[in-house]
Amino acid sequence: MSTFWSIWITVITLTVIIGCAVILYWCAKDKMGVQEGESMGHTFDGIEELNTGLPKWWVGLFVFTIVGALVYVLMFPSFGGFGNGLLGWTSADQDIVSKQDSINRAATSTSQYQREMNKADELYGEVFKGLTHDAQGQYLPVEEVANNTEAVKVGQRLFLQNCAQCHGSDARGAKGFPNLTDNDWLYGGTGDIIKTTLMEGRKGNMPIRGLLSEEQLDKEGLTNLTSYVLSLSGRKVNAIEAQKGKELFGTCMGCHGADGKGMQALGAPNLTDNVWLYGGSRKDVETTLLHGRNGVMPAWKDILGEDKVHIIAAYVYSLSNEKE
Amino acid sequence: MKHEKVEKNIGLMAILIVIAISFGGLAEITPLIFQKETTQPIEGLRPYSALELEGRDIYIREGCTVCHSQMIRPFRSETERYGHYSVAGEHVWEHPFLWGSKRTGPDLARVGQRYSDDWHRAHLIDPRSVVPESNMPAFPWLEVNELDGQLTAKKMEVFNMLTKGSWHTDEQGNEIPLYSAQDIAAASDAVKGKTEMDALIAYLQSLGHALK
Repeated sequence: MSTFWSIWITVITLTVIIGCAVILYWCAKDKMGVQEGESMGHTFDGIEELNTGLPKWWVGLFVFTIVGALVYVLMFPSFGGFGNGLLGWTSADQDIVSKQDSINRAATSTSQYQREMNKADELYGEVFKGLTHDAQGQYLPVEEVANNTEAVKVGQRLFLQNCAQCHGSDARGAKGFPNLTDNDWLYGGTGDIIKTTLMEGRKGNMPIRGLLSEEQLDKEGLTNLTSYVLSLSGRKVNAIEAQKGKELFGTCMGCHGADGKGMQALGAPNLTDNVWLYGGSRKDVETTLLHGRNGVMPAWKDILGEDKVHIIAAYVYSLSNEKE
Repeated sequence: MKHEKVEKNIGLMAILIVIAISFGGLAEITPLIFQKETTQPIEGLRPYSALELEGRDIYIREGCTVCHSQMIRPFRSETERYGHYSVAGEHVWEHPFLWGSKRTGPDLARVGQRYSDDWHRAHLIDPRSVVPESNMPAFPWLEVNELDGQLTAKKMEVFNMLTKGSWHTDEQGNEIPLYSAQDIAAASDAVKGKTEMDALIAYLQSLGHALK
């Protein structure tokens, strides 16, 4: 803050406080020449005003606020850029210019917010670290953490706060949001892969019309391809339609594989297991084929930090794997 | 001045009261208008795209600010849930501010990229479909209403006018407007054919981008 504005603030603040004291003194002085308790010389509706001094308790309170204000401005930052007061207190670093700046300053900042964070870090950071690390300070495998009942409990709490909005509080998902309890994985279900999914997020991409041209996927083509896709999971369909649809499936194989069993490296779903992220009705499958799908799992690395992500990964792993 | 004069002249007393209580504002508000922290954008802050700008107006029209704040206070209880606390430098281009003052729903200052577009769509059409305990109203008409883009360019020009100032400059120190002439020319086409839902989701996904 520039010197000008610091002086501006200081002058106004002190003038107002001192001004209050002056006004109190001025008002308390007898300027009318009328004795205390005597009439002021006028009546309203028969009520006569007497010259009565300010109540002592009220004057006491007024003086107390003035003294209190003076003490306050000395203790807390009150004079713009001229120091932070005797207590050196600040609420937060409001002048940061970027996230990195904020992280850099956290180590030395003495703001109230940072002190609160440091205290919590000491208390809870150790808990999260203890649940996820071995004695050498290395991360335990997610599968191993999943055997720790305590860690799974903590993981469930974190899941309910951060993940349940999409995957549901029972983790069974919803249309477009994967069920995490059925041991059917788009990207893979090992501890490491679950953790990567949580840390970095995922972006699924089923292209519009599955990369087929509008002519190829006309009304008839759509019916045929849908029949074929449904037949992959053993559904009863018109065999002729499915036969014709198989010819169109060629472009789909790039992601879903020649046998339609999908490809976890790409997050391409297995089409043969009758598990449907966007619904398995003929209409749902047609919508998926026509308009494509863009599922997004957000990245949680920066929001939660690696320790918490590790614990949530263990919880998610535990949902579809029996405890050893 | 006689005390009696002030007591008997209510107009004069009103003026004196206004002067007396304005000292607080003079010391606490006026200097902030001229501080770097409140006038300069933080690193990485970018203006809203045409679609996001339209979404912002939907946000205002539907009264989202009545239940959702966009202001994360520097308390651990808030930053644990919502992310980094808000700073003034994030809001220098906001006209008007959408900080809100009441949280019936959660704070949205950093909701951007926290959920997928699909989630927002499902949630805005029927909040209970994804969050069973939610008491948010449904906004299904957003999916139906299409933007005509007639006023988008105008809105950008107004933002240019409102954000006129020396802080947004190129390497030579020349003032450059928030939106370039190309941005404004392309604005109408950028939103044409999109629904209000698309716009609102684009806006929501942009929130808090500068301090992620």
